[in-house]
Amino acid sequence: MTTLFYIAAVVAVLATILVITRSNLVHALLYLVVSLFAVAVVFYTLGAPFVAALEVIVYAGAIMMVFVFAVMLLNVSADSPLRVPPSAWIGPLVLVAVLLAELIYGIGLSNHALQAGEVGPQQVSEALFGPYVLGVELASMLLLAALIGARHIAAQPEGPALEDPQLSGEEPDARADEGGEA
Amino acid sequence: MAAVSLDHGLILAAILFVIGFVGLLTRRNLIVVLACIEIMLNAAGLAFVVAGARWGRPDGQVMFLFVLAMAAAEVAVGLALAIRFQQSLGRLDVDDADEMKG
Repeated sequence: MTTLFYIAAVVAVLATILVITRSNLVHALLYLVVSLFAVAVVFYTLGAPFVAALEVIVYAGAIMMVFVFAVMLLNVSADSPLRVPPSAWIGPLVLVAVLLAELIYGIGLSNHALQAGEVGPQQVSEALFGPYVLGVELASMLLLAALIGARHIAAQPEGPALEDPQLSGEEPDARADEGGEA
Repeated sequence: MAAVSLDHGLILAAILFVIGFVGLLTRRNLIVVLACIEIMLNAAGLAFVVAGARWGRPDGQVMFLFVLAMAAAEVAVGLALAIRFQQSLGRLDVDDADEMKG
């Protein structure tokens, strides 16, 4: 299990580095899926099989599917003109290296071993719907708000268009029809 | 099974968080920026799960579930914003959105 943890950790780090360096958007998203799978293996080796399954189903399945949908909808797979020049990486890399050193120093090398055995779905569910049930209610409110907000933001604007007409194609006619009926 | 030390799990979470942060600072594509935020949220969730595994308690995994729900909500709103961004500006470069006009 220890070997599995370190292999999965190396895969996760390498795949995540590839995510932020690929210029092709679809390649970057597929590397992100690899990274999430590797983190799921890490969760399994840490004794959290329920969270490992959720990582695969929700993160790698649902959330990444939404990302790929957006990329296909926007037709922006070729990202090369937006590529940052290599000189722009230097400043952030230096600052973030300092941040990483601080984080590792703060964690400290105390060498605590993790608890043996796994925490299964039953214990997680008992905690989730016991002391944390208010959090579940709040999460449901948050998801409902996100649903309504996403629909409101992504909807075509009513009335006079804010954007250039040539970008929206045939949409101005549809909007004019709606305005006439209203 | 428990020979993984707490520090190594937390250091992995820190490394993943920092990689996501580098991407957030350097990349200008809105979709990649959202993906980097996902990486950082995932690293934070990993830190919660590692800390929960330290004492063999389910609380860390419960917090990961909340992080998961928040990430799903964030990505829904963020990608809706990306779609509006593309419709109104024609590209997905976040530097194009430097003028606040109604």
